[in-house]
Amino acid sequence: MSGYNFAFLDEQTKRMIRRSILKAVAIPGYQVPFGSREMPLSYGWGTGGVQVTASLIGPDDVLKVIDQGADDTTNAVSIRSFFVRTTGVRTTARTREATLIQSRHRIPETPLRAGQVLVFQVPIPEPLRWLEPREAETRKMHAVEDYGAMHVRLYEDITRHGKVAQTYDYPVRVNGRYLMRPSPIPKFDNPKLDRNPALLLFGAGREKRIYAVPPHTSVQSLDFEDHPFEVETWREPCALCGAAGVFLDEIVVDDKGGRTFVCSDTDHCAERRGRRSGIRP
Amino acid sequence: MTDESPLLSVRGLTKRYGAHLGCLDVGFDLWSGEVLGVVGESGSGKTTVLNCLAGSVEPSGGTALYQQRDGRRVDVLRMAEAARRRMLRADWGIVHQNPRDGLRMSVSAGANVGEPLMALGQRHYGRIRGAALRWLETVEIPVDRVDDLPSTFSGGMQQRLQIARNLVAQPRLVLMDEPTGGLDVSVQARLLDLLRSLVADLGLAAIVVTHDLGVVRLLAHRLLVMRRGEIVEAGLTDQVLDDPHHEYTQLLVASVIHP
Amino acid sequence: MTVTAPPALEILGVEKTFVLHAQGGARLPVLSGVTLAVHGGDCVVLADPSGAGKSTLLRAAYGNYKPQAGRILVRHGDNVVDIVSAPARHVLEARRRTLGYVSQFLRVIPRIPVLDVVAEPLRAMGLPKGIARDRARLVLTRLHIPERLWGLSPVTFSGGEQQRVNVARVFVADYPILLLDEPTASLDAESRALVVELIREARAAGAAILATVHDTAVRAEISTRTVMLEDLAA
Repeated sequence: MSGYNFAFLDEQTKRMIRRSILKAVAIPGYQVPFGSREMPLSYGWGTGGVQVTASLIGPDDVLKVIDQGADDTTNAVSIRSFFVRTTGVRTTARTREATLIQSRHRIPETPLRAGQVLVFQVPIPEPLRWLEPREAETRKMHAVEDYGAMHVRLYEDITRHGKVAQTYDYPVRVNGRYLMRPSPIPKFDNPKLDRNPALLLFGAGREKRIYAVPPHTSVQSLDFEDHPFEVETWREPCALCGAAGVFLDEIVVDDKGGRTFVCSDTDHCAERRGRRSGIRP
Repeated sequence: MTDESPLLSVRGLTKRYGAHLGCLDVGFDLWSGEVLGVVGESGSGKTTVLNCLAGSVEPSGGTALYQQRDGRRVDVLRMAEAARRRMLRADWGIVHQNPRDGLRMSVSAGANVGEPLMALGQRHYGRIRGAALRWLETVEIPVDRVDDLPSTFSGGMQQRLQIARNLVAQPRLVLMDEPTGGLDVSVQARLLDLLRSLVADLGLAAIVVTHDLGVVRLLAHRLLVMRRGEIVEAGLTDQVLDDPHHEYTQLLVASVIHP
Repeated sequence: MTVTAPPALEILGVEKTFVLHAQGGARLPVLSGVTLAVHGGDCVVLADPSGAGKSTLLRAAYGNYKPQAGRILVRHGDNVVDIVSAPARHVLEARRRTLGYVSQFLRVIPRIPVLDVVAEPLRAMGLPKGIARDRARLVLTRLHIPERLWGLSPVTFSGGEQQRVNVARVFVADYPILLLDEPTASLDAESRALVVELIREARAAGAAILATVHDTAVRAEISTRTVMLEDLAA
């Protein structure tokens, strides 16, 4: 591994990103612009998350990378091997062992602890973009807490469908102040954001924004008093480990439409079954 | 007669567009429960005055002291943008000439009326919807249209919806720009009736900018006549229209075609 | 008769000249220094021929015309308001509670039924809709406007009916000062008598009335004093 700095980015860039992260931590939920760099993976594949991880990772870190809850899917595998090649840092599939976790679209089922950092990959950071295409305008809306329109959207859902239609990337209010998109995690995971002891960081590479939820910060999913926020439920437990109260993936098993439900979080599932899944770095 | 201080005091309001004068040295007071009409032809500066107050145009000079609910007076022309937007949301309403400028065309009528309540922090779907239904009734929109999109409404109905959206949060001051412009005569009449009774029932203060003397005759207690950016005459509406003193006012009044 | 109470309406040196800019600034002097006092219980009738400025004086007293000079003092509650120089909202307040004005011209707002047209002055005073409408019904009945018309807009009414609505609008409330400009115009004998009855009752209740009346018989029935403007001029 010659010619590259530790974790690919040069130290100046890391410093710049860390400054943005500090600002983000100081203002929970607020989107901080940063000088997003060209990374050796395409936009839409986690460049923001990778830059956040790269600016934080040190030789003593233990890195876990997941995609949709699994350690062994394409995106997770390629990002993990990128970091192994550029840092030589130890990697793990076990949530409990990791100090730094980069995730696409899920929060691990195993509760996080103080000292851990969870980095989310974010496609669109702006929760009001559906309403207002102008960046200058959405910034003003955040500045004056002009969030009525977001509730209008929920109102419309309830009017048309009897309930809120959004099931992932469900908007939240951070620290009672900023409206935030938690990235396309299922709404099932939203409650895990609230007062989490770990540091939660969000990186959007294409949109060049970083935001953060510091440990033990209140994160409330938007709802109405008479239509409170609800998470998904399944009628059956995981077919492999029997876990209930976790997020399950639906898997089609035959051509007749037979289906089974298994844990989305592969590490959690394996742990329950008492086995270790092998990861090839 | 109790003499409370005015809700809004404007002094020296001036707007220059380079060499062209938008408005010059405009001043007036507005009390609660009063409707002030501002009339003039195109280019008179009446819309400029409204835009300066609404914040869509930056004035070249002048003050506009507004008495907030807590009694403190603030110059709205010098407010920080964030504070001004908050005040506009909570205290003022703006009824645009084209209702599409004042509505969200892509969400239902009920959502349009409910939004100001949601923006002020109300979080009970049932109560918000109830308030929206009551307001639709007040502005004479059939309540079974609560879930319809405004794009399916006639122009007059869209305008009534815009009025409901502006009044639901009980503003203290409403700015109106040609509220009946572009509507059929019979539709205009109906809308004016509605505005008249709402203003009286709610004790609103309003500034109505229009070129239509019939509108101010019906709606406004007092009148400002503007020409080329300046106020040329002011007074009680019926006095200015029935006994015009200024040459231009006389011309304006004489030009109205009586049915 | 010695009068100890101050006059309800005092017109002092009022001058009114119309300047017609469209006619090259032509000046039309109508009132030159009119002085006149009207006390509660008094009904002063102006008896000049047409064109002398009687309507102009009444309109000036209501604040509808603005004189060039003079004062028009109106006793409004415990205060005195000079209609000529007072700020607009004080004049409006005086109109709301103190000054009733019957003119020949009913400005009709289409779609408003006559019951609400007549109830409106009471609503403006703050009375609830139910009570205002009840009183409107009473006065409409007294003026023989049939109930079947109460829900209609006066737009379609005859001249006589519209005039009775004009009168009803003012007599529904108990204004301390009444300005009546030809209150019985376009009315037949029966209706004239009804209006005269209302005027006499108001006068007996202590209202100060300034009126112009063409009909000498009506004049005789209502006036306590008949004057000519030309005699009142400076």
